[in-house]
Amino acid sequence: MAQETDHTTRSSPHVGLFVTCLANAMRPSIGFAAITLLEAAGCRVEVPLDQTCCGQPALNSGDRHGAADVARRTIAVLERFDQVVVPSGSCAATIKVHYPELFDDDPVWKARAVALSRRTFELLSYLVDQRGWRPERICLQGNATYHDSCSGLRELGIAAQPRRLLADVEGLALRPLEGETTCCGFGGTFCVKYPSISNAIVAEKAQAIEATGAELLLGGDLGCLMNMAGKLHRNGSAVRVFHAAEILAGMGDGPAIGEVA
Amino acid sequence: MSAAFDARVRAALGNPLLKIAIDRTTGTARTKRAAAMAAWPEFAEARVLGRDIKDHVIAHLDHYLIEFERNALASGARVHWARTGQEACDIVVKICQDAGARSVTRAKSMLGEEIGLPHALADAGIERVETDLAEHIIQLAGDPPSHIVWPALHKTREQVAALFRAHHTDPGAMETVEQMVASARRVLREKFMAADVGISGANFLVADTGAICTVTNEGNAELTTTPPRVHIVTAGIEKLVPTTSHAMALLRLLVRSATGAELTQYTTFHCGPKQSGDRDGPAEFHIVLVDAGRTKMLDDGLAEMLRCLRCGACLNHCVVYRQIGGHAYGATYPGPMGSVLTPALTNLADSVDLPRACTLNGQCEEVCPVAIPLPTLLRGWRDRSWREGLEPVPLRAGMRLWRFMVQRPALNRIGTNMALLAMRLFARRGWIRSMPLAGGWTAHRDFPAPQGPSFLTQIRSRGKQ
Repeated sequence: MAQETDHTTRSSPHVGLFVTCLANAMRPSIGFAAITLLEAAGCRVEVPLDQTCCGQPALNSGDRHGAADVARRTIAVLERFDQVVVPSGSCAATIKVHYPELFDDDPVWKARAVALSRRTFELLSYLVDQRGWRPERICLQGNATYHDSCSGLRELGIAAQPRRLLADVEGLALRPLEGETTCCGFGGTFCVKYPSISNAIVAEKAQAIEATGAELLLGGDLGCLMNMAGKLHRNGSAVRVFHAAEILAGMGDGPAIGEVA
Repeated sequence: MSAAFDARVRAALGNPLLKIAIDRTTGTARTKRAAAMAAWPEFAEARVLGRDIKDHVIAHLDHYLIEFERNALASGARVHWARTGQEACDIVVKICQDAGARSVTRAKSMLGEEIGLPHALADAGIERVETDLAEHIIQLAGDPPSHIVWPALHKTREQVAALFRAHHTDPGAMETVEQMVASARRVLREKFMAADVGISGANFLVADTGAICTVTNEGNAELTTTPPRVHIVTAGIEKLVPTTSHAMALLRLLVRSATGAELTQYTTFHCGPKQSGDRDGPAEFHIVLVDAGRTKMLDDGLAEMLRCLRCGACLNHCVVYRQIGGHAYGATYPGPMGSVLTPALTNLADSVDLPRACTLNGQCEEVCPVAIPLPTLLRGWRDRSWREGLEPVPLRAGMRLWRFMVQRPALNRIGTNMALLAMRLFARRGWIRSMPLAGGWTAHRDFPAPQGPSFLTQIRSRGKQ
């Protein structure tokens, strides 16, 4: 990694990387980008190997008991770290916002959930808000547009941080996306439970992305990015889609979502 | 997805004119609302105040209902109580019959739609004339409303021109919106003056005066309620506010959220029947206070939903509503607020698709002028659906299997690796165009092939080196 971090002036928290089940399976490069960025920001990063899923599918399907079971397990896996960082707004919000709500009748687990909630952060906002980190000597020529994923935007207030980080990538110009705060139609299981509605939403989103003229679409949530990338590709679009962390970690010259290395 | 919901969604998505109509109206509404909010720095405080006013009233409904009734009676109004929509309709029909009414004019009221008042009047053989321009349009078309503020939102102006040409006597030119409005005005003017009874809803019931407040942009509420001998108000009990100034505080939120205007063209407080010395006004003024499931919502953890001002902002900003429009919801109230209300007002088993067909993106809550936590309430219905066994068996089985796997990291690793292997078999040049069990996705979009071994697999093998 190109950055040099001054370890003498910054604390070096022990950070657990919760990579998310989707990035773990589909796009490990997001996990590696997160390690690179967190280390550049002075963190001691550990990937707990027994991590699985945050439980969001159960939570959003109404299976609160199932979600609480998964949450208890995830809390036990993650609570030993100083901080937990997640390269996804919606998975981070599940831990940060929804875990404590799952244990209203269970004071012991409620306390553990709240304690973890306080120490859990979405990656891009963590780099800016908690670490004050800025990219240095990261270059990528091109025009990009940014999609704000809804959970990160509305549950965690993430909007300025990714843009601030991307503004420091040399050569990269950010173009505004019409309706950038409008949902892309992914919605987790929504996209397969109501595929025709989801398709209509993402078709409109793909048009808006194309209309920016940007060659790159960036965002902070792999689910939404796969949804938009899949639609753009089906449409024959040349827009390339990356997680913003990949660009910030200097991996912008690598394969985009759906590209073969 | 239920077959009925699926059919309605298909019909909506297959109708390109509908999408044009939705985009025109909701697009303008979003732009104007955004401008109004940008010009209103106190919005956040006003929203908290609005929320607190509604919460206070809802927590003290008994007190304010009795105060309202006392003051309404003192003003000369007659107050009727209806536990159900049917009771409310029966009361209204009875008043109409007692007045010997052949023709009634009606100012737009979503509560009237909710309780089935148009049908009840038709069954009683009473001519019903809708006087709101959009309600007039859908009455001619025979459609139910598709939006709570713009009931004819699903009609393009070209379709409206064709309807007017077909139905209006002496329609004249229909080239411009002004000509269309003029034609409707000619037709409706006669009806206004000839009606025996005028029926309106209420945006607010003011407890300390016994007055009711209506807001319109067309003045049709005033023409509905003033010339006829009898004025009947049907209102949900959640419309109460303590005083006129509380109504004003909520009006600021309601109108800006609905249309982006600071105030509606007509904001009228109706208090009691015509008094001696009054130049006009109804001889009889009836107020029908309707529960129709509202007190049950208090018991069912839906008190926050009773804050709703019916501004329609959540519909205008909902990505699902903006694709499928109002009729696809198959209910009186569409969009996010409707998806919370409908299971409460009808039953969950028949409407379970509504809280499910939502991406939980949260924009509805963000724009709600009284901060109703719509996504949380929608989740509440999903939780209940799960508890009551309304979720489909394959989903429940799949979820059980998933839960079993994610509780066991080693098993989960094996499962993930097998899934990745299967996906790679279907991938061509980085993409999967179709794959078993993924039809919902690949019918419309390509699925990116996995990069390679999972992240955790790669991390483990690094650790072993």
